[in-house]
Amino acid sequence: MTRLTSISLFWAILLALIALDQRQFDKPRAEPPAILLGSGVAASGGHCSGR
Amino acid sequence: MASQRVSRSVLITLAGLGVVSVAFLAGVQAALLVLIGIGFGLALQGYGFGFTGGWRRMIVSRDPSGMVAQMVLMATAALLALPLLAAFPEELVGAVAPISWSLLIGAFVFGLAMQLADGCGSGSLNKAGAGNIYSWAVMPTFILGSFIGASHQPAWIALGGPLDAWASEPGQSFSLSLMPSLGALGATALSLVLCLLVAGLFVRLRATPQQPTSFWNRQWLKAALVIGILYAVHLAVAGQPWGIVYGLGLWGAKIAAGVGIDLTQDAFWGVAPHAARLAEPVLWDITSLTNIGLLFGTMAASRWTNPDGATHHLSAKQWVVGLSSGLILGYSARLAFGCNIGGFLGGVASASLHGWVWFAMAFAGSVFGVRLRSRLGLQ
Repeated sequence: MTRLTSISLFWAILLALIALDQRQFDKPRAEPPAILLGSGVAASGGHCSGR
Repeated sequence: MASQRVSRSVLITLAGLGVVSVAFLAGVQAALLVLIGIGFGLALQGYGFGFTGGWRRMIVSRDPSGMVAQMVLMATAALLALPLLAAFPEELVGAVAPISWSLLIGAFVFGLAMQLADGCGSGSLNKAGAGNIYSWAVMPTFILGSFIGASHQPAWIALGGPLDAWASEPGQSFSLSLMPSLGALGATALSLVLCLLVAGLFVRLRATPQQPTSFWNRQWLKAALVIGILYAVHLAVAGQPWGIVYGLGLWGAKIAAGVGIDLTQDAFWGVAPHAARLAEPVLWDITSLTNIGLLFGTMAASRWTNPDGATHHLSAKQWVVGLSSGLILGYSARLAFGCNIGGFLGGVASASLHGWVWFAMAFAGSVFGVRLRSRLGLQ
């Protein structure tokens, strides 16, 4: 198997999983500001440090 | 040459399509985070920058060039991020975690396992994106370990830590952020001095004059500067430090929920705010977006620099070590509040003591990991 074939397979699986996940949700997103800095909106994402 | 041009055009087109698709599905911030992730991947793979190899070179041949580049990365990120964190405290948050037993044990075990896995959090993603079969063996169990480790994290944190007597509140573990006491200027200055001292220490420990080694590598220094700048851009866009393992654990939790495992009573995934993230698309999660971008960036850089080549088959021993070290990496990273990126870089660039403690424990673990790697006959 060439590296191109194996990488293509890897991305096919990853994109399929993302598509499968996306299909389960049908709710509109309250979109956060494009850049949080200066927006007045507090950070709310998950992080390894425990938040 | 013509085929290389076609390959590059295809990669740029695919990146553009991916970013536009994410913007359509999850918004402009999500698209920007994928772009930043691509930048991280291009820098890591394009310049050949990594933590695991740098530590191993220091331990095995006392070559400090990787360690010096890593300290330049820490200093660049701290120099750019700490003033931002101080100026925008309502919007931006740093990575501050307690000096708990979970941190000490988790970081030590992570440092050991990263030598067996031949990659840390960013390194394993980087190599997986570039088509390294060994890292493909590591990644699935890394995801599983991150998911289980997160689930067990509250119980580990409840064990407390060695410095709890100095905690600001009874029942809490001790944590120390330099920002409140020293201010942005003082915390930045002290962080830079610490980076300089650690780099100086490794330079002093380099090989003897009979075997002189250079203590810097121009490519890695470029990578350190680019990644440090991207770290600050990520902080401005996402409002939080760059992380990797949280996203991997979330992927594991989503797969677990997808196969019917009930996580509503889970100590981590069943409570706010993590339960809410589990109930949202993966493209809404900050660390997942940069992870996906990083995978694409490393793939693009590896295709760009080395378009040909075949995949190598793994021996049975490599499969066993790869799968088991991935599981340990993922589990220990959650105990240690992150990998080299979320725990070490995030901690240092937030002026949190836990970042330096993470580094000391993980490096000590790597000393044992390098020996074990040698005993196992891993190349």
